Amino acid sequence: MSAVADTHAQDHHHHGPAKGFSRWLLTTNHKDIGSMYLIFSFAMFLLGGTMAMVIRAELFQPGLQIVEPEFFNQMTTMHGLIMVFGAVMPAFVGLANWMLPLMIGAPDMALPRMNNWSFWLLPCAFLILVSTLFMSGGAPNFGWTFYAPLSTTYGPPSTTFFIFAIHIMGVSSIMGAINVIATILNLRAPGMTLMKMPLFVWTWLITAFLLIAVMPVLAGVVTMMLMDINFGTSFFDASGGGDPVLFQHVFWFFGHPEVYIMILPAFGAVSHIIPAFSRKPLFGYASMVYAVGAIALLSFVVWAHHMFTVGIPIAGQLFFMYATMLIAVPTGVKVFNWVATMFRGALSFEAPMLFSVAFVILFTIGGFSGLMLAIAPADFQYHDTYFVVAHFHYVLVPGAIFGIFASAYYWLPKWTGHMYDETLAQTHFWLSFVGMNLAFFPMHFLGLAGMPRRIPDYALQFADFNMVSSVGAFMFGASQLLFLFIVVKCVKGGEKAAAKPWDGAEGLEWTVPSPAPYHTFATPPEVK
Amino acid sequence: MTEAKPTPQPSRRSNGRVVGWCMAGVLGMFAFGFAMVPLYDVFCEITGINGKTGGRYESTAVVERDEHRTVKVQFLAQNGPGMPWTFRPVTRSIEVHPGEPVTINYFAQNPTAQAMVGQAVPSLSPSEGTLYFHKTECFCFNQQPLEAGESVEMPLIFIVDKDLPEHITKLTLSYTLYDQKVTPAVSDSARVTKTTNDNG
Repeated sequence: MSAVADTHAQDHHHHGPAKGFSRWLLTTNHKDIGSMYLIFSFAMFLLGGTMAMVIRAELFQPGLQIVEPEFFNQMTTMHGLIMVFGAVMPAFVGLANWMLPLMIGAPDMALPRMNNWSFWLLPCAFLILVSTLFMSGGAPNFGWTFYAPLSTTYGPPSTTFFIFAIHIMGVSSIMGAINVIATILNLRAPGMTLMKMPLFVWTWLITAFLLIAVMPVLAGVVTMMLMDINFGTSFFDASGGGDPVLFQHVFWFFGHPEVYIMILPAFGAVSHIIPAFSRKPLFGYASMVYAVGAIALLSFVVWAHHMFTVGIPIAGQLFFMYATMLIAVPTGVKVFNWVATMFRGALSFEAPMLFSVAFVILFTIGGFSGLMLAIAPADFQYHDTYFVVAHFHYVLVPGAIFGIFASAYYWLPKWTGHMYDETLAQTHFWLSFVGMNLAFFPMHFLGLAGMPRRIPDYALQFADFNMVSSVGAFMFGASQLLFLFIVVKCVKGGEKAAAKPWDGAEGLEWTVPSPAPYHTFATPPEVK
Repeated sequence: MTEAKPTPQPSRRSNGRVVGWCMAGVLGMFAFGFAMVPLYDVFCEITGINGKTGGRYESTAVVERDEHRTVKVQFLAQNGPGMPWTFRPVTRSIEVHPGEPVTINYFAQNPTAQAMVGQAVPSLSPSEGTLYFHKTECFCFNQQPLEAGESVEMPLIFIVDKDLPEHITKLTLSYTLYDQKVTPAVSDSARVTKTTNDNG
């Protein structure tokens, strides 16, 4: 049976010679499925990243050099969709699959067959989505927010395929969320009360509830689009009595909780990594849990801050402005707690910690630009400029993606049984850190100076900052190949990892050997 | 609390129950997504925020003119995408006393060689005034068919409510005229490719 544990550590999910493809196709093992999710999301990260490289190459200089504006629009749209639904969300589901059972002392996820199904739906969904690039009329070109009527009356013929792809990935996410909830509620080790759960488990539980609340709304809004396009209804068509603004309300009712879906699991992971490398317990565990809950609840009453400029009565603008600013309070609690955890700790800066510290600092910058955007009168100036692009890339790249890198380095020894190459990993961090800031920081200035987003060409005065931004983006993009190399190298070999390779780490996942055996916690551990 | 429970059995709740509750939540939220459509309409009707003026106004109250002030009402007309008709207000602007019924006309002509049907959709600005703008007769209540080359003057009778807030001195009513015959099919690849390339 040792062959099982060995092949499972292979990087490629095709054709482990020992067992063949059907092992991966039919597996119900949470570690296999977690690995597949992570590999899939990294493949999507590279694909979406390639599209970002096309965008930045076109924007390297003013004028049209490389791609047609039509194709440029397809790139911005597909980049957004693939990164949100293909890279970030599946990566967190992969981490959940791998780590939740290990953290709560469960033998597997509660619904292992559904787990297999929810993974295998994803490649199907993205095959459909990516195939639209080769269709007549091209891929979706209306931005990842697919506002009607741009996506209904004026959308390319491939829009219907895009809608089905969204439906399928929505079903996958919902099944993943149900599985997480059932696992956390039913399979915790005896003695692990809710308030003893590790924070990654807590944040994922809350994320799963968010997914169940908003993914059906996304399914609903794309279904309305489908009916407007193909069945002659007029949900969003003014000529038939509909209202395009309704689209924005329904979309952002999904869209705002969605941004927390993409960040809360990272909050949880960082809340493990910072204490581990500070060699101190997390400061304010209970307040962390309540803060995540508060952020999740508030996320349902702030959606219209994305649409201040469409015409909202002054009372509505004030409500959404203040409600949005209120989110800064629980977020501030979390940032304070992370800093307080590090305060007077015995700090060491291995790769997971570097990514986590960068996460805290850069996510806070993204949070502050979010506060600026929340100011309704100022938002009229910033709306649809590069300032918005800078803001959400600052919360998503050093937020979600650095959180995923930190988690990957933190748990790689547990997954593979080997230590990763620390020097290379720190190189990866510094290249990513410098590249990411070079790419996205100048976008703040571009946006404040008035450069609109989603355009392939721009006025001459924006040239220098755009060139800096493109250089940074190429640097960030290329350094992800180093990450791939580090992970492959770590899977293939390296210094043997102890069961608990980080001396400050805590949690049940460190009580099993490294690499984690194919089956763990067949007998539940007891939690004091 | 420090003593662990002696039974290693972790679960008391059945997975089926959790899945059931979650599925109920999923279906409920899917339904809520669609419920947002009528909810939004009701909300807009109450608050007037999307500038859609209401249906036919029927009031039994005695009409009483407010002689003390006048409100300027401006009229705009525009064509929806692909609509070839000539469409304009006969009266572009008018000063009215709140409370008095006023009749104005819009002119429409079908210059094409085939019969068509148009539908006008109103929008009022500022949206705060929407609730105070009543139409007792409007061409926008019905679809307007026109034969090839035919033209028509279409009446609009409206009353600006006496309760219109004092700080609103000007209302702008805009009509967009849509072609009801040609429903643009997105699956028409040639047209779509052409449309999206227009600005490219």
